[in-house]
Amino acid sequence: MKHVIIVLLLISPALFFSQTPSAEEIIKRVDKNTISDTKIVVSKMIIHGRRGERTVEAKSWQRNIDDSFTEYLAPAREKGTKMLKLGNQLWTYSPSTDRTILISRHMLRQSVMGSDLSYEDMMEDPFLQNMYEAEIVGTDTVSNRSVWILELKAKKKEIAYDTRKIWVDKERFVILKENLYAKSGTLLKQIDVHEMMQVEGRWVPKTALYKDVLKEGDGTEMIVDSITFNENIPDYIFSKASLRK
Amino acid sequence: MIKFLLKGLMRDRSRSFFPVLTVFLGVFLAVFMYSFLNGVLADMVKSTAHYQTGHLRIMTQAYAKEANQNPNDLAFIGVAKLLQALKEKYPEMIWTPRIKFGGLLDIPDEKGETKTQGPVSGMAVNLFSETSPEPKLLNIKKAIIRGSMPKQPGEILIGDESAKKLKVAPGATATLISSTMYGSMTMANFKITGTVQFGIAAMDRAAIFTDISDIQHALDMQDAASEILGFFPDDIYYDKQASLMAASFNKEFKNPNDQFSPQMGTLPIESGLTDYLAMIDSMAIIIIVIFVVAMSIVLWNAGLMGSLRRYGEIGVRLAIGEDNGHIYKTLILESVMIGIFGSVLGTLAGAGVAYLMQVYGLDLSFLFKNSAMMIPSVYHAQVTFGSFVIGFAPGIISTVLGTSIAGIGI
Repeated sequence: MKHVIIVLLLISPALFFSQTPSAEEIIKRVDKNTISDTKIVVSKMIIHGRRGERTVEAKSWQRNIDDSFTEYLAPAREKGTKMLKLGNQLWTYSPSTDRTILISRHMLRQSVMGSDLSYEDMMEDPFLQNMYEAEIVGTDTVSNRSVWILELKAKKKEIAYDTRKIWVDKERFVILKENLYAKSGTLLKQIDVHEMMQVEGRWVPKTALYKDVLKEGDGTEMIVDSITFNENIPDYIFSKASLRK
Repeated sequence: MIKFLLKGLMRDRSRSFFPVLTVFLGVFLAVFMYSFLNGVLADMVKSTAHYQTGHLRIMTQAYAKEANQNPNDLAFIGVAKLLQALKEKYPEMIWTPRIKFGGLLDIPDEKGETKTQGPVSGMAVNLFSETSPEPKLLNIKKAIIRGSMPKQPGEILIGDESAKKLKVAPGATATLISSTMYGSMTMANFKITGTVQFGIAAMDRAAIFTDISDIQHALDMQDAASEILGFFPDDIYYDKQASLMAASFNKEFKNPNDQFSPQMGTLPIESGLTDYLAMIDSMAIIIIVIFVVAMSIVLWNAGLMGSLRRYGEIGVRLAIGEDNGHIYKTLILESVMIGIFGSVLGTLAGAGVAYLMQVYGLDLSFLFKNSAMMIPSVYHAQVTFGSFVIGFAPGIISTVLGTSIAGIGI
């Protein structure tokens, strides 16, 4: 009996740690890793289009999950263009016309700066647990990292992608690969994270390739140049007045 | 003999009135229908060429595959060089670049906020150059309902219907929201100088007209165009010449391995009207055949009825020694005279009514309210030399044929 107790005590931690968390727990951990009170991101998009390559640089200020402000820094033609997302509304400001326009719902599917991302992608609630029911469908290895494969099914009708398949790093709880599907089951977009970086204790994607499967071209490379979390961002940044500044 | 027969026909109206009336109506309908079809066809070809395809159209191979969606990301780059080459290679033709685009037209209020907004399709053409054929091809000056032609960069014309929907008048500022050639959202401010109505439903619903340089700048399309259109100098489409030009151009410039290399197509192919035009051509023959067959049957019947009434006359003529063959010949001669008389009257009346329709047109806009095709809403007939010839042969053949068959019966 004494021996049995000793063996059980020895193997119990191993049993505990090898236990797979539930799908809900995994996406909660993914959300926790992604979301912060505020975020300032300097990034560039390299758009590999049918006619060549373009690089668009931008700086974004994000507050919670609802509000964001983006200013485009390059190329020269796009410099000074700004976008403000407040809740489910999106405004854009063009310096050449000095006009601020609310982007209407039917324009949200348009590409952002000719990239493989749409305005709808920008408008999405980033909290996966708010939008999807999750189910673990397998395990795999992506970029030499062990991953869980989860299938996410939309909880609401109005969500842009009815189904998602995500490959989540078992240790870092970061999505390394993602396929986005329409209600019909058609694959719409693919995201492949190529490089990760650790910032303030979080693992975040440094480079990722977004590919709109329905669009010709070789996809859009997203490169995060810098990212800071939970910095104090003044409220005026998230106002329409700041678009014209 | 002819004088004798003519007198007989004039004095005995029952012998001439009904057959002449039948021939008159038949010829009238044939001449009118022929002229109407001619006019409709000419209107259709002209408006398709002017507003849509030109007599020849050059696009990149990639653009041509999705041309109805105006995919300017696939537009042709290097317009100036290609125009120069076209002018050297085909100096007799008129070449003009165009950009077709879509977007939203946003009308600001006094604070610069959106007052109204609506989807628009637009066409950017060379408006300002004195040598540009576009104002004439598109008949822009005539189409202006309110305001005036743009005179300088940054000025546009918009469809009168759109202007009413957007509650905007000439003099107002409008912002075009569209996509650049590279897919970025772009905005450009314009001053509306006038509103236009072309009488083509698809154009009038949502049209912006602007100078091509403005749109090249707004859509980041420097030295680029959606298409380059070619027109014969007399504005008449010649299929054989056009096909030869397209073949020689494609041999020299089209590269199957480069989707952005240009390709040239002819009006019927570019507009998808090849089968339709062939069908319209055969319609004239169908009209004549139906006309000859139907009238022959009617006149055969009339001949039989008339001959029954003339049994006494024919009996007397046989009794006094006239042979069967001579009587048959006189009946045929009578029918030729009736045919000529009816055909002249029918042709004059048919051509007359068709001419009125050529001048005033027939407004069928109520039928094309939701049409997306570049077809005119007002149709005109077209009286040509053919209109004066088309009724004669069948008018005479049907009377002679009818009488010949009736004569055998007697």
